[in-house]
Amino acid sequence: MIAFLTKRLMHAILVMFVISVLAFAIQGNLGDPIQQMVGQSVPESEREALRERFGLNDPFHTQYLRFAANALQGDFGFSYFYREPALDVIARHLPATLELVFGATLIIVLLSVPIGVYSAIKPRSPISRFFMGVSIIGISVPVFLTAIVLIQIFSIGMTVSLFPQDTAWGSWLNGFLSTEGGMPSFGRGQDLTHMVGYWDSNLFTLGGLRHLALPSIALASIMLPLFIRLIRAEMQEVLQSEYVKFARAKGISLRRIYFVHALKNTLLPVITVGGVQIGTMVAYTILTETVFQWPGMGLMFIDAINRADIPLIVAYLMIVGVIFVVTNTLVDLVYGMVNPTVKLTGKPA
Amino acid sequence: MTFNKTLMATLVGAAMTGSALLPMTALAETTLRVGYNADPETLDIHEQLSGGMLRFSHLSFDPLVRWTKDFKFEPRLATSWEQVDETTLRMTLRDDVTFHSGNPFTAEDVAWTIERLKESPDYRAIFEPITQVEAIDDTTVEIKTAEPYPLLLNLATYVFPMDSQFYSGTTDGGDEKSEIVKAGNSFASRNVSGTGPFVVTERRQGVRVDFERFDDYWDEESPGNVDRIVLTPISENAARVAALLSGGVDFIDAVPPNDMDRVREANGVNLIEVPGTRIIGFQLNEELVEAFQDPRVRLAVDYAINQEGIADRLMRGFATPAAQFSPEGYSGHNPDLTPRYDVERALELMAEAGYEDGFEVDMIAPNNRYVNDAQIAQAVANMLARINIKVNLRTMPLAQYWPEYDTRQSDIAMIGWHADTEDSANFFQYLSACFDEETGAGQYNYGSYCNEEIDALVAAADTETDTEKRQEMLREAERMLYEDAGYIMLHWQNLAYAAREGVDVEPVLNALDFPYLGDLVVKE
Repeated sequence: MIAFLTKRLMHAILVMFVISVLAFAIQGNLGDPIQQMVGQSVPESEREALRERFGLNDPFHTQYLRFAANALQGDFGFSYFYREPALDVIARHLPATLELVFGATLIIVLLSVPIGVYSAIKPRSPISRFFMGVSIIGISVPVFLTAIVLIQIFSIGMTVSLFPQDTAWGSWLNGFLSTEGGMPSFGRGQDLTHMVGYWDSNLFTLGGLRHLALPSIALASIMLPLFIRLIRAEMQEVLQSEYVKFARAKGISLRRIYFVHALKNTLLPVITVGGVQIGTMVAYTILTETVFQWPGMGLMFIDAINRADIPLIVAYLMIVGVIFVVTNTLVDLVYGMVNPTVKLTGKPA
Repeated sequence: MTFNKTLMATLVGAAMTGSALLPMTALAETTLRVGYNADPETLDIHEQLSGGMLRFSHLSFDPLVRWTKDFKFEPRLATSWEQVDETTLRMTLRDDVTFHSGNPFTAEDVAWTIERLKESPDYRAIFEPITQVEAIDDTTVEIKTAEPYPLLLNLATYVFPMDSQFYSGTTDGGDEKSEIVKAGNSFASRNVSGTGPFVVTERRQGVRVDFERFDDYWDEESPGNVDRIVLTPISENAARVAALLSGGVDFIDAVPPNDMDRVREANGVNLIEVPGTRIIGFQLNEELVEAFQDPRVRLAVDYAINQEGIADRLMRGFATPAAQFSPEGYSGHNPDLTPRYDVERALELMAEAGYEDGFEVDMIAPNNRYVNDAQIAQAVANMLARINIKVNLRTMPLAQYWPEYDTRQSDIAMIGWHADTEDSANFFQYLSACFDEETGAGQYNYGSYCNEEIDALVAAADTETDTEKRQEMLREAERMLYEDAGYIMLHWQNLAYAAREGVDVEPVLNALDFPYLGDLVVKE
């Protein structure tokens, strides 16, 4: 266990090193940060002085070594735009992103398990077919489109007049399909509960949860179909296995077979995929956060790229790298606990 | 588990009823929720010269004078002014003004502020003509220039007196409170004391800024009735429009042309368009393409471009076609100059110059700086193809565009320009003046176009204090540039705002893109 964690720590350091070099190497293509800091009519001499002050004229290795030396002491540079240490900026934006990912994960877990299990048990029922059909659409529609549609329906509201308004059924259908909107379409709102440090939470007030709802649904929409299909496929496979047949022959109640014996074994691969996907979800938050103006790390990162805020970009990429390593490590640990035949150190079992 | 239940209940409830949970009930005081595309970069108004900072300046500070809708000067902290001699302007100041900190406002603050402006990298060049500022008594200040300078009042619109007592001394860390540090953690970038209608109460950069109306605000005649402003930056165009349509904010700026019809047709929301002053156009690189040194070829390019068509169709009316730098209202605006789209004439000119077979050039344009910039560049490239100029277009994001622009390695480049002084001469000095690295003249003259007659005329205008004469000179300069096709004009980009019904923004908007929210009236 300790050997495993040590190895992962080395991984994390290697990942951070490679990312920092790459991030540094591309900064020349990100544009000129000075351009964003001065008015258009500012003379070249003033710009040059600023470039000198920020050390942008130094050769690549000088800049990198200076950064690395500071980074080893926990100083990841100073964001040009926020005028604060980059790590502080990230720490301030992290809780918003984590809460969004948490909300989406919760939706995924609560929906994908029952739907997946149901459609594995009754693959031919119309409800299963409906969910499978919808999930194909879900996988194919890009998240920003989902987000815009959600905003139109639930925030702005939609008047449907597809059906003849002068008939009773037509006006009823129109009324049924029309929405009045009213859900918040941007930001985290003002009803935040202050927790500790940089963490202001959306989770403990109704207003906060209302702000969280649409972005979470949009973010969940990408992963949900994947998990429904995964659980369904795994479950179907498990239901074919010998021990399920035996349990059935033994006369154990179907409910117990499905939810105790079969589901447990279904969840093993789901955990693996899930762990990796949580990392991916952090990446998808960039799109979701942009559309909903959710003040998390994703939006911060997009803005940083637009402003060529290099220290912040480098720090963000490194932090995301760490998040990936950490989630993968946790998944491996959990996996080891759920399935004792897996050995962590990677020797063949 | 109650927690999970609450979340599910909310989600389900929200999904099913949509409107059942309505936003907060009306507040007793009037709150204006503003969704701008950016929030102020800093609280130090001299750290950066940008539209966002000037908007902020008009909220928490007051200028000495400010522009009206039709480019006249309106007294603010200065009540009157007179030219004492050729190089001295005497201004009389209000005596009933206090800063947010409680300190009284005096002439010393004005002198201190102008001194500080002369220290600012962004403002230094603009304030260069001013040599000395002297506080004669508490309410009188004298501004001196080395040469007669006709634009002192234009500069006065940039003087937002700062609280000199508040910004003097040192912080606990030993830094000067008055220092201007770009992208740094200075005292002035975190603390603010101005005379303006709104006090900053809370600020989270990139997330929101809260303002509250200043209790002791001097302008008691202002009709403004907004008690609180919550400013949320929403950089994504679609999200900003959605925020207004869903009732999340009351007022937004920069409505994108594609969403205008949607906003116009929505219930309870008004779209307000204001003609802008930013000229969009192209510069032809005479260093790299010999043909562009021939005025006939430049004219041919100008004749080939259908400004009206671009403004009409591509911009959906969201632009005013231009044939000169100066928009209407500027001193140099010459009403005789109009767009001259004529492909036949363009082909003739190309033939006369010996280029009937055309040539191939490359063109660069930003894709996120001006409204529809990449599409405009594409349209222009297609129009030039009709006179046998084959254009290879490259578009790129803003952060990469300016470094690329500065290398001057492309044959045609797009640029938009807003005159910081709100005066015609500024356009010529930056965009068309003969390039001179020493003086900084023609800093954005990408094409190295050079017409010394125009330069001489503009230089003369800049020391001419007789408004009439100066106007004549600048109009003549516009005509000369037009005949020489020294800069390929497209249009002035309009400004579009939208507000919910009851928020009467129209009277406080202007072509400068600084809504005077202090005077905004909100009816419930």
